[in-house]
Amino acid sequence: MLRFLLEGLVRRPLTEPPPPAEDSAAAELADAVTLTARRKLGRSLSIRMVDAGSCNGCELEINALGNAFYDLERFGLRFVASPRHADVLLVTGPVTRNMADALKACHQAMPQPRIVIALGDCARDCGVFKGGFGVQGAVGDVVPVDVEVPGCPPEPDKIVAALRGLTRR
Amino acid sequence: MSALEQLIAGGRRVVFPRPWPRAVVEGEGWRAAIAKLVEGVLSLVGLWGDADAVHMALADVATAAIGILSFECVDGRYPSVAALHPPALRLERAIRDLWGLEAEGCPDPRPWLDHGRWTLRHPLAAAPLEAADVRPYPFLSAEGEGLHQIPVGPVHAGIIEPGHFRFTANGETVVRLEQRLGYTHKGIEGLMRGAAIGHAAKLAGRASGDSTVAYTLAFSRAVESALGMRPPARAVWLRALMAELERLANHLGDIGGICNDAAFTLMLAQCGILRERVLRAADTCFGHRLMRDRIVPGGVAADLGDDGRPHLQALVREVRQRFPALIELYDNTASLKDRTAGAGIVTTELARLYACGGFVGRASGRAFDARRTPGYAPYDTLAFDVPVFTRGDVNARVLVRLREVEQSLFLIEQILTSLPPGPIRADLSRVGEAREGAALVEGFRGDVLAWLRLDAEGSVSRCHLRDPSWFQWPLLEAAIEGNIVADFPLCNKSFNCAYSGHDL
Repeated sequence: MLRFLLEGLVRRPLTEPPPPAEDSAAAELADAVTLTARRKLGRSLSIRMVDAGSCNGCELEINALGNAFYDLERFGLRFVASPRHADVLLVTGPVTRNMADALKACHQAMPQPRIVIALGDCARDCGVFKGGFGVQGAVGDVVPVDVEVPGCPPEPDKIVAALRGLTRR
Repeated sequence: MSALEQLIAGGRRVVFPRPWPRAVVEGEGWRAAIAKLVEGVLSLVGLWGDADAVHMALADVATAAIGILSFECVDGRYPSVAALHPPALRLERAIRDLWGLEAEGCPDPRPWLDHGRWTLRHPLAAAPLEAADVRPYPFLSAEGEGLHQIPVGPVHAGIIEPGHFRFTANGETVVRLEQRLGYTHKGIEGLMRGAAIGHAAKLAGRASGDSTVAYTLAFSRAVESALGMRPPARAVWLRALMAELERLANHLGDIGGICNDAAFTLMLAQCGILRERVLRAADTCFGHRLMRDRIVPGGVAADLGDDGRPHLQALVREVRQRFPALIELYDNTASLKDRTAGAGIVTTELARLYACGGFVGRASGRAFDARRTPGYAPYDTLAFDVPVFTRGDVNARVLVRLREVEQSLFLIEQILTSLPPGPIRADLSRVGEAREGAALVEGFRGDVLAWLRLDAEGSVSRCHLRDPSWFQWPLLEAAIEGNIVADFPLCNKSFNCAYSGHDL
């Protein structure tokens, strides 16, 4: 164990320079969120992630955000266990009928101001699952969505760019 | 004649299923098959519904031959397999939910995938029923002094799929765990009906994101077996390359994740580096980090260019160089081993009964790997070991993965050496008649079954995908008994069962 810890001190970090903050995300957000809210949220965000019916591909790339290369926490962005602690609701997947209530409850439990991000093609428009009898709709059909991130799944760089667009860092 | 051959011979043979024989049997044949399951002569590979029939895929434990028996459900009923053979239980509940076919004598009348939220009941049946009112799900009870219930989910604390776990605990000790799944059920089998092969392949690749290669491989091989065609040799080898990269990425992620759930984040950080390297190599070589939509019926959609090969060789070199230190780290961190050794034990008997595959089965003495038996190209010409352990605890499930990482690296090297030149994709044969096909593929968490029927125009009329987790999830309930609640994340992660792959 000591060897790994010493290596971490001596070697150059693997952490890569951040991707540029996406302008489109910032522009969308400016419409949806008031200046007051952004002042209140400051420059860090707590994120609650909910899988509303995804295939798990998006979760894999969200999990990658914590690795040494992307290191999401250096941007003041972190995941929290409870919607009560969250500023952002990050939702993946088409919303299945079986998950619709849970997603709504999670959203309702978040204190204002709250931002919803629909992550991935399925979250935006159900993707290939459109019309599946188990599917209620896209995330936007169940809770109000502020930002969308396309991809199947979106690469970690794109997710970081979208999140940084919120904090303008 | 083997037991399986006898059962098939006793029924009415169906023409053109491939590669396994299928026969329609009546009550006597169906019950004889159930008896063989109970005896342990046959194991259950799958059980699924169709319009007015149920199909049961069986493997002969001794010879590893596979066959399918079908029972025509006159008046919508069939003799329950689960009444005598528990591994079939959730499968029968799912069949009832989707098709309305009733397993006579099924010990559990509760719905499984249907939470009462769909707009129809029995949505795949010829005549679905109107939805009924939502009723609360009656969880099984546990009686005793000082028991309390802990409901967890469907939304979980971390970045993970949704499912419900109802614990009954005495203090810290878990007395009973009951799972309730189905939260991610999208209706994939319904969407596949009438779908063009290309679109159905996309659906198959999105059943379970971390196993997109295994699923598209199973689906593609099932289509090819139905049409009686083989993809070009180079495609066969590239498919194995992608499959091993997927196995490698998932095992590295899991090893880190399991240790993280024992609060040993250093391993997660180090394994996360190696996993990221694998995903980037996959992206460089095949154009997608998870290699989604890269395996298609007829071959593969992306070739390994001349610049791809050195990337993969560099990847293998790096993992080979860094991995031994991680194994040592795992072995020598006593406080970590203290958590993983002896926790979450799955007995060899349960693994055998459930014909449990993947690392869960192989950690509990069941030496089954679909790459070996029934086996498929090119693994029949590749050298690799199938590691098996018997303790069945979290530690054993970690050890299996550690060994399989080494085996996957070895396989990747062999594939890079022997990769033949040539085309990577063949046109699908037009046969002008209805056909059936099937395949069994070893995904990273176990054997994925794909069975399908194509209509005369070549569209999919029915496709069933069976995730290995159907025979692993129930064993988690057994494994957690007597463990502390705080060890559940550790045990759960050591299983890493699929939610979306299971729910479809």
